[in-house]
This record gives sequence, C-alpha cells and structure tokens, in this order.
Amino acid sequence: METVLISPAKAFVIGIPAVIFSILIPIVGTAVFTYIIAKRLAPIVKAKPDPRCDRVKERVANMFKYAIGQYRQPRYQMAGVIHILIFAGFLILSFRSITLVIMGIADGFALPGFGGSMGKVYNLLKDCAATFVLGTCIVAMVRRGIFKPERYAVPPRYGKKDHTWEAIFVLLLISGLMIGDMFFEGSLAAAQLQEGMETEIFIPGTGTWFVVNILRAVPVEQLQTIHLSAYFTHDIIFFFFLCFLPLGKHFHVITSLPNVFFMKLNKGMVKPVRWGVEEEDVEALENFGVKKLEDFTWKHILDFYTCADCGRCSDQCPANAVGRPLSPRFISLKCRDYSFEAYPLRGEMAVSQPLIGNVLSEDEIWSCTTCGACEAECPLLIEYIDKIVDLRRGMVDEGTVPQSLQKPLRALEKRGNPYGKMERKRADWAKDAELKTPVKILKNKETADVLYFADSITSYDDRIQEIGKATARILQAAEIDFGILGPNEKDSGHEVRRFGEEMLFMELKNSNTEAIIKSRVKRIVTSDPHAFNALKNDYIGIAPVEHISQLIARNINAGKIQLKGVEDTEAVYTYHDPCYLGRHNDIYDIPRNVIDAIPDIKRVEMLKCRDRSFCCGGGGLMLFYEPIEEKRMGQMRVEMAKKAGATVIVTACPFCMVNIEDAIKTSGLEGKMEVIDLVELIDRHMIVG
Amino acid sequence: MEILVCVKRVPDTSENEIEVNSDGTDIERGDLVYSVNEWDNYAVEEAIQIRDKIGGSITVVSVGDDDAEEVIRREMAMGADRGILLSDKVFEGADGRAIASIIKAEVDKGKYDLILTGAQADDGAGQVGGMLAAMLDWPYASLVNYLEVIDNQKIKVGREIEGGNQEIHEINLPCVLSIQTGINEPRYVGIRGIRKVASAELPIHGAKELGISPEAVGHTGAKVQKVDYFVPDLGEGAEILEGSTDEIVEQLVELLKSKGGIK
Amino acid sequence: MAREVIAYIIHKEGIADDTAIEMISAAHKIDPDAKLIALVAGSGPQLDTVCNQIAASFQEVWKIDNEALAYPDAELIRPILTGILPSGSIVLFPNNTFGMDLTPGLSIKLDTAYLADVVDFEGIEKGKLKTVRQEYSGQVSTHVLCDISKGIIITVRPGAFKADESKTFNGSIIDKTNEAFQEGIPRVARRFLEIVEAEVGEVDITKSEILISVGRGIEDEDNLEIVFDLAEALGGDVSCSRPIVDAKWMEKSRQVGTSGQTVKPKVYIALGISGSFQHLGGIKGAPFIVAVNKNPKAPIFQIADVGVVQDLLDFIPELTDKINEIKG
Repeated sequence: METVLISPAKAFVIGIPAVIFSILIPIVGTAVFTYIIAKRLAPIVKAKPDPRCDRVKERVANMFKYAIGQYRQPRYQMAGVIHILIFAGFLILSFRSITLVIMGIADGFALPGFGGSMGKVYNLLKDCAATFVLGTCIVAMVRRGIFKPERYAVPPRYGKKDHTWEAIFVLLLISGLMIGDMFFEGSLAAAQLQEGMETEIFIPGTGTWFVVNILRAVPVEQLQTIHLSAYFTHDIIFFFFLCFLPLGKHFHVITSLPNVFFMKLNKGMVKPVRWGVEEEDVEALENFGVKKLEDFTWKHILDFYTCADCGRCSDQCPANAVGRPLSPRFISLKCRDYSFEAYPLRGEMAVSQPLIGNVLSEDEIWSCTTCGACEAECPLLIEYIDKIVDLRRGMVDEGTVPQSLQKPLRALEKRGNPYGKMERKRADWAKDAELKTPVKILKNKETADVLYFADSITSYDDRIQEIGKATARILQAAEIDFGILGPNEKDSGHEVRRFGEEMLFMELKNSNTEAIIKSRVKRIVTSDPHAFNALKNDYIGIAPVEHISQLIARNINAGKIQLKGVEDTEAVYTYHDPCYLGRHNDIYDIPRNVIDAIPDIKRVEMLKCRDRSFCCGGGGLMLFYEPIEEKRMGQMRVEMAKKAGATVIVTACPFCMVNIEDAIKTSGLEGKMEVIDLVELIDRHMIVG
Repeated sequence: MEILVCVKRVPDTSENEIEVNSDGTDIERGDLVYSVNEWDNYAVEEAIQIRDKIGGSITVVSVGDDDAEEVIRREMAMGADRGILLSDKVFEGADGRAIASIIKAEVDKGKYDLILTGAQADDGAGQVGGMLAAMLDWPYASLVNYLEVIDNQKIKVGREIEGGNQEIHEINLPCVLSIQTGINEPRYVGIRGIRKVASAELPIHGAKELGISPEAVGHTGAKVQKVDYFVPDLGEGAEILEGSTDEIVEQLVELLKSKGGIK
Repeated sequence: MAREVIAYIIHKEGIADDTAIEMISAAHKIDPDAKLIALVAGSGPQLDTVCNQIAASFQEVWKIDNEALAYPDAELIRPILTGILPSGSIVLFPNNTFGMDLTPGLSIKLDTAYLADVVDFEGIEKGKLKTVRQEYSGQVSTHVLCDISKGIIITVRPGAFKADESKTFNGSIIDKTNEAFQEGIPRVARRFLEIVEAEVGEVDITKSEILISVGRGIEDEDNLEIVFDLAEALGGDVSCSRPIVDAKWMEKSRQVGTSGQTVKPKVYIALGISGSFQHLGGIKGAPFIVAVNKNPKAPIFQIADVGVVQDLLDFIPELTDKINEIKG
C-alpha cells in the first residue's frame, strides 16, 4: 500500500534514523525485563521443593478453565465482567502490539497469516477490541478511583499505602497503549484521506474512527509528527509496562498461567512437612515448618507474586469479617513485598528475617480456622491453608504457642483427647444410647462391618454425645453391623495437624491406624466432618471412609430408612455447609437431599451457602483458642440464617453445633432459632419398625 | 548467669477427680497421668528468658524416682541446657526439709547464681525453696511474679501479695526465688522437641554422689509424715434447688428477695 | 508448766488481722491448756494499739518495736525471730504471702519441724501432733503426724479456724525489742523497695453488697455479657475468680480471693466457680452464697447456702428475665 506518511522504519528523528530507536527500545526493554525476572526468580530457586508436575492433562485443563477461561471471575459480577473484557481485549491486541513493535524495524510487517483478508478482519476486530478496552479501562478507573469498593481498602494495620494509585496507573498505561495505536493508525488514515488514497476500513464508533475524524483537517506535516509520536509512545509504554509488571500486583499477568498450571490438586489435604522427606525422617529435619521466607515452597512464593490484590479472599474470609487480625490478601501482599525487599533489584540480598514478628504476627496466623473460603474464591488459585499450617509448624517448633492451646495439646499427648478426660471413659456415651442392642466395642479381636469413628468431641462433650447416640440409632435402624473403638480410639488429630503439631498428629494417626486395622472393619463412617477429612485425606492404608450423610442418603434411597412427615410444620429449615464436608470434600447436595427426603419439610438457602458457606468459628483446637475479635463468626452465621427466614439451622458437624448453639444463646435468639444436627433430625423423623 | 531450676513431677489433676484409694494410704493413681508441676514451667521459662538475654546456662534438677526423668527431659526440650536427676532408694518418703537438703548437696557441687522453684505444687506445701535458701544462707523471695536483672550482683523482684498488690525488693545474688504463675508465658514443648533430647545425657546423683547420709533423708529422717488420705467431710453443704428451670428460677428469686439480693 | 503456743500476729494500720483470733482456736485444738502468746512486730504507736487490742485475747504479748520493722519484711524478721523464739516451741503463722515467705527458712534456722497450710488439728498423741492438710485443691485431705520434740513452725490456712473470742485475758505486754536487736539490725541481702498497688478498676467490689462472681464455667469472654445483664437486673456488681483475670477477660481489681480482693457482700452469687480455698479466702462476713455450677461435685456447693446444678449459660438468662419481669 502506498502511504503518504513515512513509516517509523524509514523516518528520521532529529536527523537520526528512527529505526535505531525501534531496535533499541525493544532491546533495552527486554534486557531490563529479563534482569528483573531473574531477580524475582532468586527466592523461588532458594525455596523448598514442591512437586507439581504430575497429572499434566488435568493441569492443562485447569489452565484453560481458570486462567484463560477466567472461570472464577464472574463470582464477583461487575469486577469479573470488567476483567474478562480487558483480558479478552488484551488477548486480541497482543498480536497487534507485537506487530507494531516489529513494524518499527521492518516496514509493513505482518504476522504470519495476518497478511491478507485475515489481516483485514483482524484489523476490524482489534479496532473494536481497543475501543472496548479503552472504555472498560475508563469504567474501571471510575470504579477504583471514585466509587472505591470497600474490599480494596487497606486497613491501617496492614500499612498506610493505599493501593488505588497502582491500579489506576496500570489502567492509564493500558489506555495509553490503546490511544497510542489509535493515533498511530488514525493519523496515517487521515493523511491518506486528505490525499484521496486508500485506507483501512474503520467501523464507525471505534476509537480509530474517532481519531481519523478528528485529524481529518490536520496538515500532513503535523500528522507525520503525530504518527511517529504515537508509534514511539506505544513502543515505550509497551516495554515500560512489560518491565513494570513484575514490580507489583500486575505480575499476575505473567505468573497466573504457571500458577494455575501448578495449582494444588488435592483438596482437603495438608502438605507434608517437607516434600520428598519420608514421614519417619521428618523428626530429624534441621528446620521444621516455615520460619523464614525461603522455608516456603517455590510454589508458595509464586503464589505471593501472583496475588492480584483483588481482595476477594479477604472479602470471604470469616476471620476478617469478625475483625480478627487476619486478612489472607495481606498474607500474600506482605510476603510479596517482603520478598521484593529481601531480594532487591539492586544491591545485596538481605539476610532473611524471621517472618513472625517482622512480616506476620502470631495472632494473625492462629486466627485462621482453615475453612478454605479464601481458596475457594481466589481467581488465581492461590493457596493459604498450607502456608498457614507451615507457619504454625514453625511456631510450634519455636514454642510460640498460645497458652490457651498448650493445655489441650498436652492433654492430647497424654490422654488422646483435648479435654484431658480418661481414656476408659471414651465409650461411656454409648451406654445410654437407648439401643436395642448395646454398641459393640471393637477391642480384643471383636470386629464389625462398619466402624463408627466418633472422635473426641462426640465421645466426651455432653451435648455432642447426643449426635453420637443418634448416629448409633440410625446405624442400627439401617441394620448395619457396626462398632466403635472406644478406649482404643484417639483423637483423629485433624486440628492437631492443622495447628502445626505434626509430630503429635503422627502419633495419634499411627495409634488410630493400628487400632482400625486391628478391628478388621470393611468401612468407616463418621458424623464428624473433621474426622472424616482426616481419615479420608490424612490417613493412609485404612478402610474407605464416608460421612454419615452419605450413608443415610444411600439407605433412604434403598428404603432401609423411612421418614415420617416433618414434626414441626411451622419450622423453616436451612442447611449450613460445614467447611470440611463442603468446601474441602465437595459434599453439598447429599445432606440437602437427606433433609428434603423428610416429607413436607420447608427448606431455604442462606445467601452464603455451598462453597461460599460462612465458617461457624472453627473446630477442634479452635474451640480452645481465644482470638482477638469484635464479634463471633457463629453470631454472624445465625444472623444470616435469620435473614434467610429460617428458624432451624441444620448442620452436619459437631463443632458447628457447638458454635452455632452458643451463638444463638449469646445473640438472644433462644426460642426463635434452633440448631440441630442432620443425624438428630433424621433420628427424630425415622420410622422405627 | 548460672541458673538452677528445681522441678517436680506431679499428677495432672486438671480434668480428673482425685480419689482416695481403698485402704486410705494414697490417692488412686491407676488412671492418673503425670506432668511437670505447672508453676515449675514458669520458673524454667523465666530462666530461659534470663539466659537468652544475658547469657549463662540452665540446669534443671528434680528429686524423685526414675519417672521424674520425663519431666526433666521436657524442661530440657523447653530450653534448659542440662538436667540432673537426684534419685536414690533412700530418698523415698523424704519430707520437704529432706528434699531441700538433697538439692543443697547438689548446689554445693556446682556454682550457681540463681535458684528458681515453682511457688507451689498441687501436692506440696511451697516450702522447699525457702528451706533451701536458709540452708545455703542465701536470700529468698517467694511468689515472684516480676524479675529484672540489674547487674551480676543483684536483681529486682516483685512478689505477688494480697489485694493484687506487688511487693518490690532488690535482692543480692546468689539467691533463691519461688516463681508465681503469670510472670511470663511458658513456651510450648512439642513432641519433636522432646524426642530431640530423648538421648541427651542425664546424670543420676544418689546419696553417695551427693554425700548424704541415708538417715538424714527418707522415712527415717522425716519429721512430718503423712499417715493417711481421706475425703474431707465438709458438712451438709448447699441446699440444692430441684425442679424444672422455671421452678428453680422461681425459688431462687424468692430466696434472693428475702436476703436482700435484689435491689 | 503448760505448753506454750506462740502466734505471730499480722497487723496493718494499727489493726490486727482476722487470723490473729483464728489462731487462738487453732492453738486450743493443739492443746486446750496451752498458754497463748502473741508475737507482734512493728513500730510506733500503731504497734502499741495492736498490742493492747491483742492483749485481751492472749495471756502474753511479746512486742518487738523498731523502725526497721515498719514494713513486715520476711527476710528481716526471720533472723530476729531466730534470736528470740525459745527452742522447742510451737509457733503458728498465717499461711498468707508473708507467712509463705518467712516460715520455711525460719524452720531451718531454728532446726524445728515445719508444716504449712494446716486446716485442722486433732491434738497431741505420744509426743506427736496430729494435723489435717488438704491436697489437690481440697479434693482430698491427709492426716500428718508431726514430731514436735524439737518444736515446730506451722502455718494455718486463713479462714480455716473459727475466730475465738470466748476467753478474755488481760495479757501482759512484754517488750522483747532489746532481746531481738541484741546484735543490732540484721544485715540482710534483700531490701524492700516499695509496694506497687493494684490498678484501681471501674468498680470497687470490696464495697459491693451484691456480688455476681464469675469463674471458668463461663467458657468464653463473649459470654460475660449475660453475667453483666444479671448484675444489672439485681443491682449488683460483677466480680470474678482468678482464671478470668489470667485469661485477661476482666481487670485484676475485680478478682475475689487471697491473691485478689477481700469482699464482704450480703449476697454472693458464684457462677461457674469451683470454689478453691484461695477464692473462698477472699469472701468475708458470711454472705448468703448462691452457687450455680453444672458439676454437682464442685467444692463451692459445700460452702454455699443454695446451689443450682445447671449450665449457667442456660440458667442465667432465664434468671435475668424473671428478675426483670418482677421489677417490671
């Protein structure tokens, strides 16, 4: 195509061939970028191992789903849609940007395949995309700069720096790229039109179309200047942006693909103390858990780099909601900033300081209930629980464990339960379960088909024993041959592990594993989702485990459990998803189906349900921990149930029972709100033949 | 600073009812678990904090049978540098005074600037520290809930006294202090820590090593001796209100009214 | 000659402590015929006031008067007592923070037997004194036989013995000051500096007539609200036991007990308090005690007038509602 204006590849700027700049800018830009990335890789290289190259097909699929497909973005509708639009525009425009860069060196360059009519179609598309992106950037800037959604705020305890400037600056850069291209192309078209020569086709309403119309009357010499300026503006912004990415939250533009590829695939599990170190060798490790930045695995440092500061994790975090000193977003950001500081772009690497006390606080790390709401929300699949557990392992190793947790931990060590109750009383609850035949205690070679693993709270807590009794009655009604381990059962250790006392967990696990194997049962059932998760995901080599809701559902379907019409026809039920049943093990529908199997029952959903369920306050050792908080999670949860119009909260976890029952009392809702365990509800409605 | 901390292995009574055995000679020990006396943990923690601040080393001693080794090791896992078990058949039945004299014999073998004990134990009388100080002719302060090292000659201590007040003293080194709970927050001792010190050297010193004559300690040397255990008869006790919650509330409100309990 | 029992008198601002007359009944339980001697150390006119007060209850009052004794510092008093206590005597001290500081070392210096925290005496048999002590927070008691041939130092639990004012004497006051300071003021290696007073809280529970006291049974800090609601309904104040202060849920000034405040209310409602002697030691003046505890075996029921065996988290709101209903 004949052109009126001299292209950047042929032009001279103050007497120097512009092509020199066209070559220099990419070279300098790429060199600086490479240097920065190399610096950023340093802590990753020094970090601990983390094998993440298995199940490649699954990983690639995840990458398409979460990274390219932006699967989790629309969970926050407005922000999600804006992001998807900008991202889609970016994808389309990336070809154009690359073309532009090369055009400065090789005049009239086109990417392979973009030469002919395909190029023309693409040109139309990218004009639309650029316009769209520019418009979206303006909407996003207005949103960030004027409306300022609450979740982006930086509470004073996490630093004085507001993050709005960074977001707006990047939006300005993107806008600059779009405008640069529009003027580059628009100025040429305007000149061509003035000379009556051929131009590209412009769709009316696109940015370039506007520019062409604006520049129609501008003299050609000025258009030449605009043409070149626009080109180099684009070129410089392009490479500046590239180098700017690894300096802040837009690092995710680069890291999100690998981060999603390497995501954690096994939900509900906790990483071992050190990958590649056998359980029996863990004891001998020089260092235990995470104390310094480099004690994290490389993937966890990549997580820090990848955080886009979108604030969704903290928006969902129950600990953050009740004013505990924990906000997952700032775990990532503080550690990222610390990593940047300890591995500076210029100058010596600093000697890494202990994270606790310098970057993170003890209370912050103990505040987490490991509910997993943050991980369920993060669009980039950043992990938090494993990091929290690793940090706790480090604190346990240093002895910095809150006094309120030391007592139950000691009791677990001595007696196998956090209350310090006697082992021989562990099966006492079963004595008055009003059963046709007494519960079998599987010791001294006694066996049964099914083991009911009760766990500590069900064995010893007066209120929760009722859940145990109801479970036993259901098992008997379903004619299942079952037994309990009684004095041979120890705490499953689920929270012991998640509170970082790995060695104690291993002792409990080994003792239980031995007792379970000795009992020769074929299956295990439990009414405690924490025990369920431990036995299913933390233990190996034992019989298959299921939650009682699964067993009930099966027996209802098989007609072995028959239910009568709902006792209280006035009551409105709602189901509260326990974290370790729902989010960590994907059991959402089964308990709901079980409830709905009761004829005439009225059930409503709370706004926060299923994978957005709001943690009751935490189980196991969390019951002993005294957090700094403004209100209690349980109370917030009860409020949510009330808002949904429910009068009865059905849960399927003993700890939810404790927390919610407590919250009903302290919220003054006694008589107006009730909580019942799923097994108790079924026990009450079971037709016993 | 060279610090000696005296610890004791005691039954863990937190959640368990202590019962007297059938012949009344002892408490029922079959189902008990044992641990370090709670106050002693505070003493060891305080010693660790002093050492970490100004240097020195910590020795933990316990007078007891072989089982007492477990509690010494736990304190070593916590951070004490070494442990010594003071154990001998002839020590059996030792009263507080005899225990103090056994520890004194060990103190004489070393060179210590500071000796810490727990302020009391569930099954004791809070006496060993004060006796030991007197035997050594060292100054003593009990129920210490504040400690500040001034220099290598003296320290400043606060004693917890009645009314929640604190009595502040300056005290010369060497001295003996009994440590009250609340002075610090004892660190956690994990299973890993305990295993790490499982094979650390732990010398046992008996009467011979300590140069103690068997008559002076044990049953024969004791001036006070427990003869039996029994469940105290504490009179009739409270009138327990019976009935439904509503009925109980009703009765209680009437009672409170009559006693001026409602203003 | 009758056996002598010497009781060490604690006093403050010219008034003898309650333990002074409690030790009289303790001494009578050791030997009903014992000659009672009070030992009072201090200085100035306040000391004289105490001596005169005490002389009505003891056959003899030994006075030690010196400016150095203005504050009762155990390290200073120990060498003085070592010099004046006759060998072989039975000496009683209260088992309070002063007694605990002073007595174990004193027994060594005097080379006598020692027994701490005695709650009862069952007389002397064959030269051995039979005593009762408690172990494991009062869950079990033991009989302890003491060889008193070379004398004994005993601390008695404050409150364990009834105050005995049945006998009045016109005891003679004997000034032992010179004997005590024969060798001048003892040089001691511990110097008393000052008393740091407990911080004064929002309420002075020592002046409350109705106290609603809360213990470990409250389980969680947030639950304290129901206790304050009850206190408001009753027009009383909220106090607590030591674990609540240790957990930092309430300020120290609200703690009842030997290491906290001594209170004299008319009505004392103990919620979820097991009732250790340290706690009970802080309640004076025989109030009407109501105990609410879900453990029927809690020691508090032994000393309470009325007991309710229920979970306080359930019971208290009901009670509060009822009281508010009555008051309209």
